[in-house]
Amino acid sequence: MSTTSVTTTAPADRPADDTTPPRKVRRRGESSPLGRLTTHGILTVAGLIALFPVAWLVFLSLGPDKDDYLRPGGIWGKMTLDNYAFVLQHTNFFDWLKSSLIVSLGTTVIGVLVAATTGYAVSRMRFPGYKKFMWVLLLTQMFPVAVLMVPMYQIMSDLRLIDSYLGLVLVYCSTAVPYCAWLMKGYFDTIPFEIDEAGRVDGLTPFGTFARLILPLSKPGLAVAAFYSFITAFGEVAFATTFMLDDEKYTLAVGLQSFISEHDAQRNLMAATAVLIAIPVSAFFYLVQKNLVAGLTAGGTKG
Amino acid sequence: MTATIDRATGKRRGDRAPRPGPAGRLKRGYQKYWYAYAMIAPVVLVLGVIVLYPLAYGFYLTLTDADSLNSARTIGVNEIEATYRFIGIDNYADILWGETAYDRFWSKFVWTIVWTAACVVLHYTIGLGLALLLNQKIRGRTFYRLVLILPWAVPTFVTVFGWRFMLADAGIINTALDSLGLPSPAWLEDTFWQRFAAIMVNTWCGVPFMMISLLGGLQSIDASLYEAAEMDGANAWQRFRNVTLPGLRAVSSTVVLLGIIWTFNQFAIIFLLFGNTAPDAQILVTWSYQLGFGQQPREFAESAAYGMLLLAILVVFTSFYRRWLNRNEQQLAN
Repeated sequence: MSTTSVTTTAPADRPADDTTPPRKVRRRGESSPLGRLTTHGILTVAGLIALFPVAWLVFLSLGPDKDDYLRPGGIWGKMTLDNYAFVLQHTNFFDWLKSSLIVSLGTTVIGVLVAATTGYAVSRMRFPGYKKFMWVLLLTQMFPVAVLMVPMYQIMSDLRLIDSYLGLVLVYCSTAVPYCAWLMKGYFDTIPFEIDEAGRVDGLTPFGTFARLILPLSKPGLAVAAFYSFITAFGEVAFATTFMLDDEKYTLAVGLQSFISEHDAQRNLMAATAVLIAIPVSAFFYLVQKNLVAGLTAGGTKG
Repeated sequence: MTATIDRATGKRRGDRAPRPGPAGRLKRGYQKYWYAYAMIAPVVLVLGVIVLYPLAYGFYLTLTDADSLNSARTIGVNEIEATYRFIGIDNYADILWGETAYDRFWSKFVWTIVWTAACVVLHYTIGLGLALLLNQKIRGRTFYRLVLILPWAVPTFVTVFGWRFMLADAGIINTALDSLGLPSPAWLEDTFWQRFAAIMVNTWCGVPFMMISLLGGLQSIDASLYEAAEMDGANAWQRFRNVTLPGLRAVSSTVVLLGIIWTFNQFAIIFLLFGNTAPDAQILVTWSYQLGFGQQPREFAESAAYGMLLLAILVVFTSFYRRWLNRNEQQLAN
């Protein structure tokens, strides 16, 4: 690697315990009190910035009136959970949740099932057309929403799949499948080749090796692909907004918008719904985040 | 990541090819290919049906004058009855150098580039700064980490509405600015401030991903390199410049490319933040959506043409990016 050759060129002209720009201090556990204070200061400010919009949403969701967001001070005196009760009882919240879950889970299952063998093949085998195939997988991740939206809309309406869960699942699969293949390739790459070879020596076909040896070992990788497909499908806005017409079939991402257009901007209800969505999703995210990050960057730009 | 690939290719050292790469592997038996093709078949099939076919169809549409008035989307099961005509490359010509091309395309093109560059630079520098801070041994590190990834954990379509409440005319941000005696801009109405707000919100949403990825990269840098640098008397900046940055090269090149693609294609933030109210703050992706679905009549052909142009821009960019990366790596290897 390149790093070793470069480091030795650094000239020796300054003492090592110099702490000038605290941001750059990168020493293992022994920075000065001032540096440490600055670090905590910056991290606290950044943390507050990260936290505030979400906390604000939670706070607003407790105000009973739809214009309370303009007079936040007044909320302290009249905090109530009425918004939540209303959303759960008198809106289509559960329908939206159901749609979101059907569509996201459908995408996840199809994505992982279809992509698993491909991820393995591109991780272990080199075949004519390999590079082109990897390029296509990368290419599909670059598709702007706009590219497939119009033709998909036309095709789906020809097939009468507009406003159906299946249609939306198919659309999401166009990004989920290649992405899952890509992610899983990254994971399979981390499984030692020795295991494959042991399987081959013992007389397993490549399919046998994959199904009996590699698949059981790659549950974490499959899980990352699944989480990622799920989270992406769950948060998708453009296609869901366009393809779902019936307000009982809205996904949550669409349903949330409908508070502003239809119900005369009921911002308090909207905030409550937003919080109701955010809690389980972020809990789920926190459970999986460590694996997710490792998996996302594993694919790398080198095909 | 690199280690595993090395190990994987290292396994192949018995092969005739001296360097890792497909060359040596191509010599393997015909039977292997058969298995490989069978294994990629499902994805090829799926991509063919739900990506390539729509793509080809979409491309055909861009060569017509299809809109919601003349396409047969509601009639029957066949699309044969559509009355749109084939007009060749007129759509592209009109978008790129038609009469008002500057207002419709080029101004948005420039803004999209500015938006992408600004967002990715902000994501990367803030993310790197926070990652460096989090990589120290400090108390409460896990806690900070969990708080800082919150913007990523909560779905974008939720947090954007939080921002909308905050940025509204008499929302908390303007109230705060007012009380400090500062001017309170019309975040959601004035073009400049709309753009500013969009970049701000997207930065807020995108930093955690960069931060966490770069943190992973930082943690994989061998500590002995820092010790060696320190022995040689490198100060903090020199260590950062000569150890940290080269050590992050692989991760950085990946996340920057992803960041650029995602930001360029970022739909949800601008769409949800402004809806149809901000024609000048639309980037190309949202503008294309608006042409195809946010107005009447729906200009399908033109919208699809925008999509094709966007894809072309990204493909060209990515090809150059990868070529540039490869060249840099070769230079370093020599």
